[in-house]
Amino acid sequence: MNKILFSAVSKKFVMALAGLFLLLFLPVHLGINLMLLKSDPEPFNSAAHFMATFPLIKVVEVLLFLTILIHITYGIFLQIQNWLSRPVGYKVRNKSETGAFSRFMIWTGGSVLIFLVIHFFNFYFIKLGLVEGDPENFYSVAWQLFSIPGYAILYWICFLLLGFHLYHALQSAFQTLGLSNEFWKPVIRAISLIYAIAVPVGFAIIPLVIWLF
Amino acid sequence: MKLKLKIWKQKNAAAKGRFETYDLDGVAPEMSFVEMLALLNQTLIQQGREPVAFDHDCHEGICGSCGMYINGYPHGPVKGLTTCLLSMRHFKDGETIVIEPWRAKPFPVVKDLIVDRSALDKIQVAGGFISVSAGAAPEANALPVRKHNSDLAFDSAVCIGCGACVAACKNASAMLFVSAKISQYALLPQGRPEAKERVRAMIAEMDKQGFGSCSNTGACESQCPKQIKLFNIARLNREYYKAL
Amino acid sequence: MITLNSKIPDGPLEEKWTKYKKEAKLVNPANKKKLDIIVVGTGISGAPAASSLGELGYNVKVFCYQDTPRRAHSVAAQGGINAAKNYKNDGDSVYRLFYDVIKGGDFRAREANVYRIAEVSNQIIDHFTAIGVPFAREYGGTLTTRSFGGVQVSRTFYSSGQTGQQVLLGAYSSLNRQIKAGTVTMFPRREMLDLVVIDGKARGIIVRNLITGEIERHSAHAVVLATGGYGTIYYLSTLAVNSNASAAWKAYKRGAAFANPSFVQIHPSSVPQMNEFQSKLTLMSESLRNDGRVWVPKVRGDKRPANEIPEEERDYYLERRYPAFGNLVPRDVASRAAKERCDAGYGVGPTGLAVNLDFRDAIKKQGKKAIEEKYGNLFEMYKDITGIDSYEEPMRIYPAGHYTMGGLWVDYELMTTITGLFAIGEANFSDHGANRLGASSLMQGAGDGYFILPYTISNYLAPEIKVPRIKTDTPEFQEAEERAVERINRLLSVKGKQTATDFHKKLGKIMWDHCGMTRNEAGLTQALNLIRELREEFWKDLAVPGSADELNQELEKAGRVADFLELAELMVIDALNRRESCGAHFREESQTADHEAQRNDDEFAYVAVWEYNNDQPPVLHREELKFEFVELKQRSYK
Repeated sequence: MNKILFSAVSKKFVMALAGLFLLLFLPVHLGINLMLLKSDPEPFNSAAHFMATFPLIKVVEVLLFLTILIHITYGIFLQIQNWLSRPVGYKVRNKSETGAFSRFMIWTGGSVLIFLVIHFFNFYFIKLGLVEGDPENFYSVAWQLFSIPGYAILYWICFLLLGFHLYHALQSAFQTLGLSNEFWKPVIRAISLIYAIAVPVGFAIIPLVIWLF
Repeated sequence: MKLKLKIWKQKNAAAKGRFETYDLDGVAPEMSFVEMLALLNQTLIQQGREPVAFDHDCHEGICGSCGMYINGYPHGPVKGLTTCLLSMRHFKDGETIVIEPWRAKPFPVVKDLIVDRSALDKIQVAGGFISVSAGAAPEANALPVRKHNSDLAFDSAVCIGCGACVAACKNASAMLFVSAKISQYALLPQGRPEAKERVRAMIAEMDKQGFGSCSNTGACESQCPKQIKLFNIARLNREYYKAL
Repeated sequence: MITLNSKIPDGPLEEKWTKYKKEAKLVNPANKKKLDIIVVGTGISGAPAASSLGELGYNVKVFCYQDTPRRAHSVAAQGGINAAKNYKNDGDSVYRLFYDVIKGGDFRAREANVYRIAEVSNQIIDHFTAIGVPFAREYGGTLTTRSFGGVQVSRTFYSSGQTGQQVLLGAYSSLNRQIKAGTVTMFPRREMLDLVVIDGKARGIIVRNLITGEIERHSAHAVVLATGGYGTIYYLSTLAVNSNASAAWKAYKRGAAFANPSFVQIHPSSVPQMNEFQSKLTLMSESLRNDGRVWVPKVRGDKRPANEIPEEERDYYLERRYPAFGNLVPRDVASRAAKERCDAGYGVGPTGLAVNLDFRDAIKKQGKKAIEEKYGNLFEMYKDITGIDSYEEPMRIYPAGHYTMGGLWVDYELMTTITGLFAIGEANFSDHGANRLGASSLMQGAGDGYFILPYTISNYLAPEIKVPRIKTDTPEFQEAEERAVERINRLLSVKGKQTATDFHKKLGKIMWDHCGMTRNEAGLTQALNLIRELREEFWKDLAVPGSADELNQELEKAGRVADFLELAELMVIDALNRRESCGAHFREESQTADHEAQRNDDEFAYVAVWEYNNDQPPVLHREELKFEFVELKQRSYK
């Protein structure tokens, strides 16, 4: 039984499920973030307040953290196993044709992880009282951060990398879950492309607008 | 044509290997890659030097013996070809060609460009069969099979077991190989009765042999000389979940 | 001195096999695991034999020179596998399949054996289908068939143009199942160097581990050779470059008689030779002649591109000469007709040694897609090799050495003249007479392995249950091992200038020129001298680098070529002896007025069985062929 639950295929299955859950969460997060574009801080702050206090969201939050943890742990674990599968490498770089960004998931994923840590430091830790700041006014926290050019640039780079990650992630998840075939493959690829552009662009627009106006 | 060849030389599994450089003259563009290597060996033997060991047999792309990593590509830069069918007209006069053995933990080097691919056999032994003994078969037409499924089963059954998918994969994963066999049997009604046991056993053996997992990069598909499709892996996954 | 007893059961043709099975001795299941069987070779005969013997419960040890059993050259068979299913309702039957094979073999095969293989042919298709071989199907879900040369019914089951691969992998999967079950032990990368005979019975083999160079002894109660044919004796052939005759040849030198060694099928359609470096002539399946039309220009030396030659200036010579069978004449006929046209100066391509195989009309009639579905992989392969797109212009083909009908002599039980040594598949001589019909080799190989040998070997082994496991420390094993080691050392110690491949090429040329598609007294006599000279040169000037205790591919090759140099002589002796034309064996002295093969049934209706006689010339024994159920006729496809 253990063999089945912890086979490489099962691990990938869990990773894909976790990844898809995270993919669902991103648009929700984006929706709230887009309220930052309003000059009135109220809608954003109340949305943030709702997210922080509504009991059902609390449950989802725990689930979210667990998902992130599983996705990352399994990702790293599989990656190590994969590196060990080829102890002696090639002298000439492998030029086999591959799907875009598919070979760099550990690196794009890793970058997103670093951003996540910074993000937690900036917002979540305020909520927990670990870092100084007003948990009832994330609107101003966000505006302050985005007005730092270095932060905005880092933010953009991370979302660019996230886009790369997402493009392969979405189609790969379908493939791993066994939901791809000759007919659906191009459809899934198109959806992946739209998603991988729309979501990061949506996030990236915010500091841009803040800068310009 | 004149070529500079950088070839991995390794006396046996235990020995330390290194690249050796050879200059080869008189290569004709209509030679196949293995014929070019045969010419090299002929020259080396006449010079009293050690020839390069490499696997090759049918010379028509079907036995799966040959396989080397040529300038960064398993089976060389042309798609859909085994090394034995790769023609030298795809290379330029004066070109340097680096030839390496397949690299993967489950494929230890035996000598020079020859690797031990018995791990692939072990996966097949684990479950790559339908348990019908000679004499027990019903009349062939007793069980009709949808032509579409039969054709798809054939498309995956054409795998020659060369190991190029493993060699191409950044994870040295054997998923395309395994999925080809799983697909063939999954698509045929004859294969259904033991589909669950089969997929569990083959995946367990694949892990045991030390192959990596699938990152869905598609390198295997692009290098497969028989152009076995990536969606076989999706089918394998599906079959596996069904067997949970 | 051997005596030939073909052990054919008496009674009517249709009842012989049933009668045999009824009377054959059986081995109790509990005793089977005490009996060891060695199978050498894992092709379409060896793998089925090993797996079905394993299924029965015998303790089976299997050997192959490749790194895995799945690479045996049966994998390259393209066109299909015959069976008398009569799914097309076109008048096929076991009898008709039997008759076609007998006639196709030009009445030089044993009636009883051929009838038996026709009888089991249907079971083979049932079995392969049940173990997941994806044969081509109709939309209704049933199996489909196609036509092949030399017959007028459609009885060939196929998987695109790679039927051999599909059935071999099916057999390989059964083998794997038995390996898992523990009844079969697999020994890959082993080359058989000698046969061990103890008290007149085959009891083991000596093999070389091709990775370590170690010499190993393996014993058994019976030994089965499924080592294929010796077509690579021509150097350029359709076979895998490592295919060889060594195992069969060693058995011959230990007392297994060799039957009809000169019967070699030259396949009419292979990719022509393009240059001197070429190591291989790739087969283009005979099934292509279903839709392809063979032609050459009507004008000698016409060098225009094929597509520029108008219809009325094309000579569809097969359709012209053989209106009844047209492009679907048997292989020997098609090969000779191609050679005749090329020798007369009508050949096409840069060398003039090729004829056109044109799909223009078929594509026009059926559409490109239909042709692609039937032969897609063959067209691709042809393009890979030649750069020519056969959807647009004709393929160029030429005959090449392909299949050896000759082989170790076996009786009805598939046992050679050495007790306990069996030969199955292409390694034996039994079913194809002087010419094999297309798609019959997979049938015969699989039939021998799955449905014939398991019965006959049990009959042999039944009294052997009292014999304990054979020990490998006997003087016989010692002697055989010493002989093998001595030979390896001899090969390594010549230290000359020419490689094994150099000699192989020279031998190939001698054989192709003098003992190929057509033969004559003067040429054969000359060949005999040339072979002897070459053999002498071989042992004086052979260069083998490296040592015996490592993976040494040159040493492997040298051993195989050394055996070919001996076998070649036997082939020529046999060809000289048979002063008639029959099937693939065409003696120029014996032809009809319109240049067809002229058989001489009065003098040569026998199997020429050669016994090894140390340094003396081989001894000829004759197994008279009695035709009780068919009438001997001059073969005609006109």
